[in-house]
Amino acid sequence: MSPQTRAVESWTLKPLTDFVRESSVRLVLVLTPAGQVLAQSGFSRAVDVMSAAALAAAIVASTGELARQLRQPPFAALSHQGPKNGFFLATFTAERGTLAVLAVYDLDVSSLGLVQLFYEQLAADLKTASPKGAVPKQVLAADFERELTDSLNTLFGR
Amino acid sequence: MSTALDLITRVRGVRGAMLVSADDGIVVAEQLMEGIKGGAVAALAASLAGRLRRAMEAAGTGTSVFWHLQAEQGALLVVPGGNAAGGILVVAVAEPDVNIGLVRLELLRAAESVV
Repeated sequence: MSPQTRAVESWTLKPLTDFVRESSVRLVLVLTPAGQVLAQSGFSRAVDVMSAAALAAAIVASTGELARQLRQPPFAALSHQGPKNGFFLATFTAERGTLAVLAVYDLDVSSLGLVQLFYEQLAADLKTASPKGAVPKQVLAADFERELTDSLNTLFGR
Repeated sequence: MSTALDLITRVRGVRGAMLVSADDGIVVAEQLMEGIKGGAVAALAASLAGRLRRAMEAAGTGTSVFWHLQAEQGALLVVPGGNAAGGILVVAVAEPDVNIGLVRLELLRAAESVV
């Protein structure tokens, strides 16, 4: 297991570890569309995880709304490629609810094709591993800060 | 593009041919027999092509013009078209006993026509 891969919900850990190893991505987040992080790999600072999760959730929300206005089902995946890095953002539905995966990869060591290929496996593995019949826990505003701190502590092994 | 792939797949023993984006590992065009996972072959071929290109540059041999991977149950043959980085790979998936010379010739012709 990569020391940099950590999960708040333990069932996500094995699929995520396999995905990171096979696709050679640099950073990954598994999160809900609300921005709650279930697992991360490659991040070294909590602030980066929070920023990436918030931005990814915002992209999921805005593209979802764009698709709704176009009377389309939500977009399955979004990819953006720069000169050195690419990012890939996709959503799928598991027993746990809709989940999003954000992956950032270096073009020198991976490619969109590889990330797409192993993302399909990741989504299938997460669907299989997702706890059956689990109802996502509601996070009350009063508990939000403590929940967030607990999640970040778990994600960074503190 | 389909004409270029036609000429490759007409060779006896060829099970499929593809044009693949070398940067992305995404299929640009394909003619494959059932059962071949085009997306997976494209992604892995492009990944291998990128690593080979860097290895050959490091070895001072220049860029590759053709490579052939022989496996127990088949072969993968690739010609990087034009500028291998950011160009197109012409890929053939073949039976293990295919006429390699003939497939190579058709791959090189296809690479010339698509670049």
